[in-house]
Amino acid sequence: MAATHVDQELDARGLLCPMPIVKTAKAMRELPVGAVLKLLATDRGSITDVPAWADTTGNELLTSQEDDGTFVFLIRKVAE
Amino acid sequence: MLTEELTVAGPTEEVVRRIVREELERAAERDAAARRAAIIASKGTLDWAYPPLILATTAAASGMDASIFFTFYGLNIVHKDFERKLKVSPVGNPAMPMPVPMPTIVTALPGMGPMATHMMKSMFDGKHVASIGELLESAQELGVRLVACQMTMDVFGYSQDDFIEGVEFGGAAAFLADARRAHVTLFV
Repeated sequence: MAATHVDQELDARGLLCPMPIVKTAKAMRELPVGAVLKLLATDRGSITDVPAWADTTGNELLTSQEDDGTFVFLIRKVAE
Repeated sequence: MLTEELTVAGPTEEVVRRIVREELERAAERDAAARRAAIIASKGTLDWAYPPLILATTAAASGMDASIFFTFYGLNIVHKDFERKLKVSPVGNPAMPMPVPMPTIVTALPGMGPMATHMMKSMFDGKHVASIGELLESAQELGVRLVACQMTMDVFGYSQDDFIEGVEFGGAAAFLADARRAHVTLFV
């Protein structure tokens, strides 16, 4: 599988609810529609919060995986 | 195409179910109330300041219109002096984690309140939980409306200048005007 092009990376490691989501929302505001954000988080709540946030906002969660205690999410901006 | 399915083949139950589901989904997308949250913050302790701020901030970060109505002790949260006003009390709170087990009566002794407040702040800080100041800042940045209850302000002798920049002032009718258009309404 070809690696997805990442337009911006957001390091939210060490932060707890709700800051990873708050920072994600702020970062996505700055991106154009179609751009992909890579989010790094260590908050275990983000496993459920990030997909829920994507569902509420209508943005597309491309992948989510755990890498040595860090949760890595790729989110594509679908709408403003 | 839908008409064809209905008239030529006759509406099978499956088709009817699909049409109803799609119509409901479309209606839900148009439902503005699904994008609104109206929250009341009525408690003025450090621990209870968190839930309304976290929920409203997250709602705004999720593209929703969010507002918090601060009433009674909840006014502490948006008071200019919130850092000093928001405390926790171990009195009457058996769930409060204490460094060593102690009888309930001991928690009422002088100095225990400040100790508990200090302890909780260090706990939050140690886990990198956002401070109340950071949450207020994020909330305002994301457009959360912060409304202070004018009636309780008058009762407690507060003036509008006592509150942080950006706070609006209103009464029960103002909250209800918001809440009746919101599916998410919470009293904290």
